[in-house]
This record gives sequence, C-alpha cells and structure tokens, in this order.
Amino acid sequence: MHSRYEVVIGLEVHVQLTTKTKIFCGCATAFGRQPNSQTCPVCLGLPGALPVLNQQAVEYAIRAGLATHCTIAPRSIFARKNYFYPDLPKGYQISQFELPVCEHGWLDIDLNHKEPKRIGITRIHMEEDAGKLLHGGTAGSRVDLNRACTPLLEVVSEPDMRSADEAIEYLKQLHQIVMYLGICDGNLEEGSFRCDANVSLRPFGQAELGTRAELKNINSFRFIKQAIEYEVERQADILDEGGKIIQETRLFDADSGTTRSMRGKEEAHDYRYFPDPDLVPLVIDAAWIEGVRAELPELPEAKRQRYIEQLGLPAYDAGVLAAERAVAEYFDALVALHPQAKICSNWVMGEVLRALKEKESSISACPLPPAALASLLQRIDDNTISNKIAKQVFEAMWQSGAGADEIIDQQGLKQVSDSGAIEGLVDEILAANSAQVEQYRGGNEKVLGFFVGQVMRASKGKANPALVNQILQNKLGSRS
Amino acid sequence: MSFPPTSITQLHQQLRSGRLSAVEVTRHFLQRIEQTNPQVNAFITVCAEQALQAAAAADRQLATGEAPPLCGIPLAVKDIFNTEGLATSCGSRILHNYISPYDATAFARLKQQGAVLLGKLNMDEFAMGSSNENSASGPVHNPWDLQRVPGGSSGGSAAALAASQALATLGTDTGGSIRQPAAFCGVVGVKPTYGRVSRYGVIAYASSLDQVGPLANTVADAALLLGAIAGYDAADSTSVDCPVPDYLADLNAGVKGLKIGLPQEYFIEGLAPAVKQAVAAAIEVYRSLGAEIVEVSLPRTAYAIACYYLIATAEASSNLARYDGVRFGLREQQDGGLLQMYEQSRAAGFGAEVKRRIMLGTYALSSGYYDAYYLKAQKVRTLIREDFNRAFEQVDLLLTPVAPTTAFALGEKTDDPLHMYLSDIFTVPVNLAGTCALSLPCGRDGQLPVGLQLIGKPFAEAQLLQAAQAFESATDWHLQRAPLA
Repeated sequence: MHSRYEVVIGLEVHVQLTTKTKIFCGCATAFGRQPNSQTCPVCLGLPGALPVLNQQAVEYAIRAGLATHCTIAPRSIFARKNYFYPDLPKGYQISQFELPVCEHGWLDIDLNHKEPKRIGITRIHMEEDAGKLLHGGTAGSRVDLNRACTPLLEVVSEPDMRSADEAIEYLKQLHQIVMYLGICDGNLEEGSFRCDANVSLRPFGQAELGTRAELKNINSFRFIKQAIEYEVERQADILDEGGKIIQETRLFDADSGTTRSMRGKEEAHDYRYFPDPDLVPLVIDAAWIEGVRAELPELPEAKRQRYIEQLGLPAYDAGVLAAERAVAEYFDALVALHPQAKICSNWVMGEVLRALKEKESSISACPLPPAALASLLQRIDDNTISNKIAKQVFEAMWQSGAGADEIIDQQGLKQVSDSGAIEGLVDEILAANSAQVEQYRGGNEKVLGFFVGQVMRASKGKANPALVNQILQNKLGSRS
Repeated sequence: MSFPPTSITQLHQQLRSGRLSAVEVTRHFLQRIEQTNPQVNAFITVCAEQALQAAAAADRQLATGEAPPLCGIPLAVKDIFNTEGLATSCGSRILHNYISPYDATAFARLKQQGAVLLGKLNMDEFAMGSSNENSASGPVHNPWDLQRVPGGSSGGSAAALAASQALATLGTDTGGSIRQPAAFCGVVGVKPTYGRVSRYGVIAYASSLDQVGPLANTVADAALLLGAIAGYDAADSTSVDCPVPDYLADLNAGVKGLKIGLPQEYFIEGLAPAVKQAVAAAIEVYRSLGAEIVEVSLPRTAYAIACYYLIATAEASSNLARYDGVRFGLREQQDGGLLQMYEQSRAAGFGAEVKRRIMLGTYALSSGYYDAYYLKAQKVRTLIREDFNRAFEQVDLLLTPVAPTTAFALGEKTDDPLHMYLSDIFTVPVNLAGTCALSLPCGRDGQLPVGLQLIGKPFAEAQLLQAAQAFESATDWHLQRAPLA
C-alpha cells in the first residue's frame, strides 16, 4: 500500500449485542426511545444499586469467541475502568481487563481470492456501553442514559494488517460473523458495530513497531478506509521529513476526510483498573461451551468453502451468497429442492437479490419462498417454459404471490412443443423474409439467429427454442 | 412489665394479644425521639407520618391473627440504606437533598413483615469513621455519657438503641462499624458473614467488605432480625445462596463442649485495663458454662489495619465516583466548565475524612503503584483469611475484645486519623476474612459499657448466636440501661 514504509494496523471493534435487556440490569436495549425511558437505579448509577450479569450476553460472547477460534476462559473477571464523564453514570465502566472471556483467536481474510491471510485476535472482552450526551440548546448539554449499560463485546486484533484493504476485509468478515451469529444487528450508523484503528508505520524490514496513532469515531467501512489512508500519508510525510510520530488519539472527521488530534499520551487517562468487587468471577464450564458450540450456525467462511468445493460454484458466487446469513439460508433451501447449484445461484443473485434491491427490501421479507422459486425452476427444467418466460413468471409470482403453475396456466405461457404449429410459424416467417433466406443459403449462417428471434416473437416467446432451431435448420437446409 | 417492652419478642406477644397497639407503641417511640434526639442526635430523619401509617396498617394485620414476628415493631435504619420516598443522605452533604426512589433489599424484607420505620440514623459520612464525628448532620452523643462518642460508623444505630429511641436497628459493618458502636453503647451487634445479607440498596463504601447486620437489645432480637434480613438476593451477585436456618430454634443450646479460642495477638499491651478485666471475666463465664478455652494464634493480625486501609480506600475511591453532581445530589457550579462542576461539587460535598480516603485509594490504584499497594494488600488479605481458617480448624469460636478501649471523648482523636484507625484493630480482620462476628455487652468501665467480640466460622451465625445467648443468660449486662434511658 505504501512504497517507503510498511503499514501496520490493529483494530478494536465494539460490537453491540442484541440482547433484549442490558448487561447488568433488566432494562430494555431498544434504540431510539424517549431519552432516559429505559433506565433503572442500576444503569443510572444510583447510590446502592448493584450490577447483575446478563447470562444471554455471556452466551453471545461465547458464540463470538468460538466463531473466531478463541479460547474461552473457564474463569474471567470483570474490572472497573475509572474515569469521569457525564455519560458514565457510575464514574467507572464495568469492563474486563486482566482476564477477558475470550483470547487467542484468529480470522482468515482472503483478498482477491488468493492465499488467505491469518489475522490474530488478541482478545474479546465484555463491557457495558456508556450513555449519550445531547449537546446544543440554551439549556446546555443533556444526558440520555438509555444506552448506558447495554452489552458490548470489544474485539481486539493483533497488529497483523498491512493495508486499509486488509483492514476492511477483516472488518467485513467480523461483521458477517456477528450478524450470522445473531448477536449484533450490524448497524454501523447507529453505532452497533464501531471500530477504532491503531495505525503505525515502520521501515520495511524493521521488527519493532512504530509509534501508533489511535483513530476513533469512524462509522462506515468507507470512512475506515479513508481514515487509515489519510493517516498513513500523514505519518509518512512526518517520517519523510525526519519527524517523529506522537502517540495520540485522533478523531476522524468525515466531512474533510482527515484526522485530528484528540488527546496525547501525556493526557491519557490512568484508568486505575481493578477487579469489580460487586461481581463474582465469571465461570464458564465445558458443558456450557459445548452447548453453545452445538448451536452455532454454519459460518460464512465454511459456507463459501462448501459452495466452491461441494457445489462447484465460482468463488464470486460463493462470496455473494454467503455474505448474509439469510441469503445463504435461502440459497441452501433452494438447492435442497432444486439440486442444480449454478442455476440456483444465478437466480438468487440475478433475480431475487435484484428484485429485493429494487424494492429496497430484505431477504427476510422476500415474497417468494425457496419452494416457490424451486417449482419455477422445475418448469424450466422440464421444458414447460423457457428461461426467458420464467423471468416473466417470476415477476408475476413476486407481484401476486401465486404459484408458478397457476401463472403459467392462467397466462397461457406454456411452451409450444407442437412441431406442426411451429412449422406453420416457420413457414410464414421464411415466406416473409426471402432476402434473408437467400443470405443464409449463400452461406451466412448467422442469419439463423434472426429467424429464431422472429419465430419466438411470433409465438410470443412460447415456442420451444430448441424445436424452433431444429425446424428452421431442416427447412432452410432442405431447399438448398 | 415496663412500657414499652425492651425486646421484640415481648412486644410481639403484646401486640398479638391486643394489649398494646402498634400505633400507640410507635407514638411512644416518636415521642421518645423528640425528647432525646436533641441530646443524642442519633436520627438524621424522623418519618413520623409514614411510621404512624405503617403502624396502623400493622394493627390491621395483627387483628387478623396472621402477623409475622416483626409486624408493628418500631425500627430504624442507618441512613446508608435506600428507603423509597425518604431522604437518604449517607451522612454526607453531597446527598443532602437526595430522595431515594427504591428500597434496599434488607430494609424491604423488614417492611414486608410490617415493621414500622421510625426514621434514618446518623452515621459517619459514607460509613467512614470510628466515632460518628464525620457526619454532615453532626456528631452523635453516647447515651451513657453525652460527652463521649457512640463509636462508628453505625453510631446512630447503636445510640438510638441505647437511648431507647427504637427497639432494634440496622447498621453496616465494613471494618467494625456495627460491633464497635454496639460495644461503646452496650448493645448487641451482629456482623454476618460476607454474602449472608444482600447489599443491594446499601450505599457502598468498600464493596468487598461491607455487610449489613442488626443491632438489638438482646441476642434473641438480633437473631430474629438477622433471620428476617438474611438470604440470597438475585439483585446482589455477591450474596450467597445458602439456606437461612431458624436462628431462634436452638438459641438456648448452650456452650457445653464448645471450643473457644483466644487469639494471643488480641490480648496486647495498650488494651485498657477495664476492657482486659471484663473480657477475662467473660472468659471465666464461658469456662463455667462448660466451654473449653484454648489459646490460638492469628499471626498476620499486625498487617490487618494497613491491608484494610488500602483495600477499603481503593474500592471507596471508585464507589464514590458517582457523586459527580450530574444526576443527583449536590451540584456546585460557580464557573461554567464540566471539570469545575466536578471539582466544586465534590469539594463542597465531601467531608475531610472521605476526601482523605478517596485520595488514599486513588493513589493505591494508580498506574505504577497498583502492584505495591492494592495487589499486595489483596495477597495479605488472603493470608489473614488463612489465619482464621487455621484457627477454626482448632476451635469453634474466637473470643476477643471488640475495641482496645471503651467510648472515648468527643474530639479526642479527630486530629489523629492514624490513632483513630487503630481503634478498629480487633474488628477489621474479621471483615478481611469475610467471616461472621458479634459484639455483646460484657462489663463496665465506670459508666461506660465494655463489649465482647465472638467470631464464628463462615455462615455459622447460628452457633455464634447460641454462644452469645449462653453468656447473656448467665449475666445481666444487657439489662442495664443508659442513664439517658
């Protein structure tokens, strides 16, 4: 990515978990409600209130750990991270520090379908989110604590990425995984999946890491790429001029596409982490882990591999189909009913996803269940209709919700395979286009396509194309 | 029989028989508070109206003949307990205007039985102190000698009992805060095993040490109250799910054959002669009742105070971060900025001892000092716990003084925090070990009560109370009332 320096990137991703209730109290986690309507003494940090760990959040953490090849700690500890801020009601955040719930994992990323590259995952720990400050207005700033105490996973990678593209690929994979696991809604804009990037440069060949800057406040994949690329150039310019990089936290500004210093190392907080005496150690036994493992869905990487190796799909198709769990499951159901993987893939990628995109809808709201589509594909397979007519039937099914056979019957779309009827049409076309007949007979066989098109049009698309071809060739040939 | 009875069990019988009504008993105590509180200052808040309503409700329930033992019993709780709709100041200016929206579990369990809350009791600010002189509501005066302290931090809880302002009270004990004031005021005070009583709704000082317990005029009353508040609470992750026995069932089992250990480190130079004498006499009472007395050793005792003041202050520095002027309590803001609001609110809201402990604790947790202070203190804590485990392999109970002296004079130690801290030397190790202990009156130093401490195995409160009951039955110290009473 850079000619003079090796780029080193490590990512810290905050994954907001979709548990119904908060991590340490029973309040709802719904987004966008009336400020402070989802609060109680615990998440308001009222005197005397105590946290109680949400077991569902633990299970989600185990899912994430298993899906990223981590070791699940049999015993982990919640710690307090102490700092003052108005969105942090207790004056400390309950997090994990020395003993996180998951450690030593990895993800393989596969840029351009070449040799996969392994990105280490240092740790995944559980923590609570802070509230939100609403600035502006003459009344000053206000605090909304609806989000306070909602469960987060912080996924910390090793500094294994060497370009913005690798970082994006890693993030997309992680994003896919947490969505597959059903533990995060994946909404970057609402902050359900947030990323901080640690970026540093070093001369090629140097083992020691350069001084890093931590980039914050990046809420889209595009911005992450922009922020990293800007930061790499900024650091390279400094190093080129013989300057030194300062260890600091930098804020990404989406409007200008630049980063600016937020606080330096000397202003860094001393968080005074210590084990939270209000919570007992989190003990996870092997039975719990195995129970969660047994319930894990097939993950995107495994699906891609299976699509390529067992179904013989091109890597591109496999990537598109596996990207979203609901799409992959739709495809899986379709293939189970209609075991012609490439045809199924073409229809899902071509028609289903196109139609959903046009309607700005999602696969979960797809009006055409896999069984309905399978019955349509069956009618192509048994020559009841042509591929082209099938697309017309598909549209009608989508609109009306009716079955394929019903539409084919009602609209009289059944393919004409009666050779007598087709011969009649062929004769008419040949009679009306004597010039082209001459051309064909003069050796220009490309004209055959013209005749096929004319006959198909005359049959309103219903003539069996193979039969049309055969009859045309017979008739044109027989007169030569 | 005197009016009103001085024990819960007696009063319960009279309420059930209809000889007394909860309303008339409540009126009596409210009047008593009104008369004596100007001298004692045990109550921060008196909730007369709510108390009379609760008493009337209790009378209705008593009339049905189906009333639990605490129905209609006039009680008061330390101002550290959240009580819905009532001021809960924790003895601090920073919560001077705080009305709690919810009940602490321990208090809720009393309320559920129909107990009548008379009010909220004075205490050292955020339970930090051994004399109740660190209260934003002013010091509490010992009913046995108004020039002396009642002990702390549950000074109000002990003094209110000694002044006959309530029939029983709740306190909290982080390093001796129930036992030492109980000793100074001549009442019974129980510090249960850590995890025995829910801490939910109890304003935290040092979370790994804080424990709720009852103070009462008799061992039986303390046993009854403990039974009512003890037990697992899903809202407190550190409460332990272990069955609560009926503490009254075998209360009179006696001490015959019981092995009682005397930790040699607790009988030291500097122990006031009257305390030494009273405790020695108590040992003889136990011997005469058939207990076997043996010497044991708790060799790490000398490190307990240092260990406690690192762990407790570290936890406190974090626990007290929520008092920032943002959402509740005192907010001072002369200048505009956020930092100024924090600094000014906390500077004006916290007293000197609280500030001292926040600074000590912040230091102990700071980067570069954590290992040398906090972590090392945790290791020492483990060693202290091992001391107790080893001792309990040899004996059933430990017997010690509660404090080196009886109640000292108001102002005597306020200029010397270290000296003040040392008054907790016999009580602090129990909190570090997490086990249970109680204090009961065992003698007099002139006018002033002397306290005896019994320390039990974890969750062996029943045995602890049986031993205390045996002593109480054999002596009459618990019958002696303070002159003010």
